[in-house]
Amino acid sequence: MSMKATLRQVNSVTVVDVSGRITLGEGCTQLRELVREQLGKGNKNLLLNLADVTYIDSSGIGELVSGYTTVSNQGGKLKLLNLTKKVHDLLQITKLYTVFDIHDDEAKAIGSFEKTES
Amino acid sequence: MTAEGSVVEVVLESDLRNVEVAEEITRRVSGTAGFTEDDQHKIDMAVHETLINAIWHGNKNDPSKHVWLRYEIFRDRLEIRVRDQGNGYDPASVPDPLKDENVLNVSGRGIFLIRTFMDEYRVENQAGQGTEVILVKRLNSNNSGDQSRREVP
Repeated sequence: MSMKATLRQVNSVTVVDVSGRITLGEGCTQLRELVREQLGKGNKNLLLNLADVTYIDSSGIGELVSGYTTVSNQGGKLKLLNLTKKVHDLLQITKLYTVFDIHDDEAKAIGSFEKTES
Repeated sequence: MTAEGSVVEVVLESDLRNVEVAEEITRRVSGTAGFTEDDQHKIDMAVHETLINAIWHGNKNDPSKHVWLRYEIFRDRLEIRVRDQGNGYDPASVPDPLKDENVLNVSGRGIFLIRTFMDEYRVENQAGQGTEVILVKRLNSNNSGDQSRREVP
């Protein structure tokens, strides 16, 4: 199963519900294009909901890092929501858990963007 | 694919779509070998990363080239060999992804994950014959019943 992404706008935050595989090839390319597209539209607050991600590899982790730095460099924020245990463990062992702003409650995650803006 | 006793051998074309095929085979073999679900996922990820290296970096994504996988179940461990037709590499040349200056690098975590998830990781560059990676995962002592002749479904 390849990656799928559905977008929702909640206040100033674009919530991206990601499902499937974020792996080298199609999954990573889709994610990269999605981030670029949203930045191009001026949507600089991105919340990636990873609850339904079934598989992520080292390239997928790299793509999350790439998205994070790309968005940050343009004055925006990319945050993560609802990590599965596998993604959580991978971010921990790669020391990225403290780099990302990670949430398990969508409303609080949305609120955290607004706090930063005020 | 042949399954004879405790050995499974597979030949795959260099196509990233075959990585999922290898994952499925890996899960079956590691499940048969008696690994826990958590360890099966670790072995699966290690094979995934090794295969990506073989197809992408070794065989340069050339579909005319192949990757050989060989799984052998021993009483106390699973040994997996992945051979490509590339020119080899030195795993020591890959920067440590945990160093502060590398944490935000986009690439360079694959070999680190393989090392983290497996008990042994060796790379043998065979002049003119490609590169063979050997991955070993040991069964926990409480799982070490007689598994030397299990048949892979």
